[in-house]
Amino acid sequence: MTIDRCEYNITVYTENQVGLLNRIAIIFSRRKINIESLNTSPSEIEGIHRFNIVVVETEEVVRKIARQIEKQVEVLKVYFNPNEDVIWQEMALYKVPTDVIAERALVERLLREHGARAVVIRKDYTVFETTGHREETDKLLAVLQPYGLIEFVRSARIAIIKGSKGFHHKLREFERIEPGQEVSENDYLNSRDKVFSM
Amino acid sequence: MYTKEQPQPAPTSPETVVAAAPAATRTLSGAEATLHALLAEGVDTIFGYPGGAIIPIYDALYDFKEQLNHVLVRHEQGGIHAAQGYARSSGKVGVVFATSGPGATNLVTGLADALIDSTPLVCITGQVFAHLLGTDAFQETDIINITTPITKWNHQVTDASEIPEVLARAFYIAHSGRPGPVLIDITKNAQIQKADFTPYESCTHIRSYRPKPIVRPEYVAQAAELINQAKRPLVLWGQGVLLGQAEQEFREFIEKSGIPAAWTILGAGALPTGHPLNVGMLGMHGNYGPNVLTNECDVLIAIGMRFDDRVTGRLDKYARQAQVVHLDIDPTEIDKNLKATVPVWGDCKETLPLLTQLVQARTYPEWRQRFTEHDAEEIAAVIQDELFPTSDELTMGEVIQQLNELTQGEAIIVTDVGQHQMVACRYAKLNHTRSNITSGGLGTMGFALPAAIGAKFGAPERQVVAVIGDGGIQMTIQELGTIMQTGVNVKILLLNNQFLGMVRQWQELFHERRYSFVDIASPDYVTVAQGYSIAGRRVDARADLQDALREMLEHPGSFLLEVMVTRENNIFPMVPQGCGVGEIRLR
Repeated sequence: MTIDRCEYNITVYTENQVGLLNRIAIIFSRRKINIESLNTSPSEIEGIHRFNIVVVETEEVVRKIARQIEKQVEVLKVYFNPNEDVIWQEMALYKVPTDVIAERALVERLLREHGARAVVIRKDYTVFETTGHREETDKLLAVLQPYGLIEFVRSARIAIIKGSKGFHHKLREFERIEPGQEVSENDYLNSRDKVFSM
Repeated sequence: MYTKEQPQPAPTSPETVVAAAPAATRTLSGAEATLHALLAEGVDTIFGYPGGAIIPIYDALYDFKEQLNHVLVRHEQGGIHAAQGYARSSGKVGVVFATSGPGATNLVTGLADALIDSTPLVCITGQVFAHLLGTDAFQETDIINITTPITKWNHQVTDASEIPEVLARAFYIAHSGRPGPVLIDITKNAQIQKADFTPYESCTHIRSYRPKPIVRPEYVAQAAELINQAKRPLVLWGQGVLLGQAEQEFREFIEKSGIPAAWTILGAGALPTGHPLNVGMLGMHGNYGPNVLTNECDVLIAIGMRFDDRVTGRLDKYARQAQVVHLDIDPTEIDKNLKATVPVWGDCKETLPLLTQLVQARTYPEWRQRFTEHDAEEIAAVIQDELFPTSDELTMGEVIQQLNELTQGEAIIVTDVGQHQMVACRYAKLNHTRSNITSGGLGTMGFALPAAIGAKFGAPERQVVAVIGDGGIQMTIQELGTIMQTGVNVKILLLNNQFLGMVRQWQELFHERRYSFVDIASPDYVTVAQGYSIAGRRVDARADLQDALREMLEHPGSFLLEVMVTRENNIFPMVPQGCGVGEIRLR
């Protein structure tokens, strides 16, 4: 049996509420689906939050999952798109000993070839940053490994849907007519000593 | 006192203070605000159990005894099942109080049951003080995260000022759309804290929540077209008809279209069992005709049901020949298990009348006759011996048959889970909707006794009979204490086969009779009941059965009737696991 799995980018527009991340995440874990990447961020509209989730699954499964996510009370809208339908980026940071770069011109050239940008330069180490698709950030990782790479980290994927213009207008109008509520958080965690309790 | 700092009014004379305050606001504790919210939502009954973290709410309840009937249960699981029974018999939202920690975790089974069976509940749990969250405080448990997968919505309140709005949302979410359980966790400080509250406003809209999809008339038209062309249509209905209070609309659809209709276990009673177009129960232990003919119909019309695996058997052998019309309020159910040819999104209370308008008035005498023929086979192979046995020992079926003769289908039948459940659901005569209360999706043993208590509170004018096995009753038998204390009139019909019968049946049929831990001992139930001041009787002879049932039903209060039934009866028909509905076995 061939299973037609591929990367899907799930975009979820939500209210900003404590606990919603868990409510969304367990929809995947309940089905034993691994989340490849998850990013939460504000959207272009104040008061509306967005999640970018990447999974490798069949379209059938992703469609059902998207509906389950959309069913959650605090979720506004869910889209799922294969990679062709989105513009996406991931960012990676690489920490490399400064002396290696200083001493070996090759390393500098490699960094340049991969479009890496220095973020911090110190005597002991330098931190570079690249942004791109997974293959690109992976390639630089492999290249830098032999040169004493100290630390590597890659961000979650962020993606913009190519054909999202129509929804954007709806969303903006939606927020204008009925603004969202502020997130309610626990105000008491830092006032422990001032209160009586039993 | 633990109060969030309130903005201090500038010092003024008493008169100006009064004049400055908005006329309608009043200062209440969070606990009082909680109870005011319940009253405003029309709550009259609460099932609960107090504990440390919910003491402030119970303290406030002391002054609300006249308006709010609090039923003190013996275990929080009993409380939530009672609230489920209440919701199912009354159509209202069931309300539960429990404390933090173990009180809250004891709700878990009931929440899961209520979610899968779409039962509207609002559960209010106490929680430790907000500043102690995450410190492993006494009786602290993270009930929000524990219950996230088993609630329609949940929310933690750490400040009293949030309470009215959160509870308004809770009730709205619980009962609207596809109903479900909601849990609101209120920290103790928020219960104690005083705040100024404006008059309660119920919630009718949440911007991110669409309880009902918009009805698409073009799909209704397509559905009608399919139905009008059908030669052998079959309707399958589920609890959606009851939840949508669309029994009348459903009946009109069936009677105009003339289509034979079969029910899921939770749909039972929406059309009376005696209706000429009611062709019986679906699924693993359902009737022979509707199962076999599911695989012969040309158009399958599913109304408010979700194609559970106990209904469909193997999906790749299920209704492959049929075109499927699926009416459901929950868009996630469309195409979830069975691909719909025409999806009719929406509340069936709205979609059914539209469909009825468009379908032709017809009858299908030959097709209907097929069901009758299959019924005859089932009667000969199964039903005759089950309801009118010639053996010495009593069968579960004849008990239900005798019960039918006495209740005439007027009672609410609450069942537990197992063989007796299948027998009761197959054979109980039901004249009215909301008359069959059982744990369908989750199959929760121990459900019936507390659910029957709640069902009686929800429909006090009706006779409530709990049919329970000897396994299930021992799971929540402590609720006899609730019956004792409240004096609620519940009839307990205990069918004792001295086995965990359904598992035993599987072990017999599929595991070479290796009876592994299904031989369960019982106490002397009549004496146990007596200890709780509940009248009881035990019968094991056919000659005494009818008299005993009559005594139970006519007794002025609760009554426990234990009927000793044959030990190793199997429930048939049966669609064995992994088989298609067409492979249903009669023996």
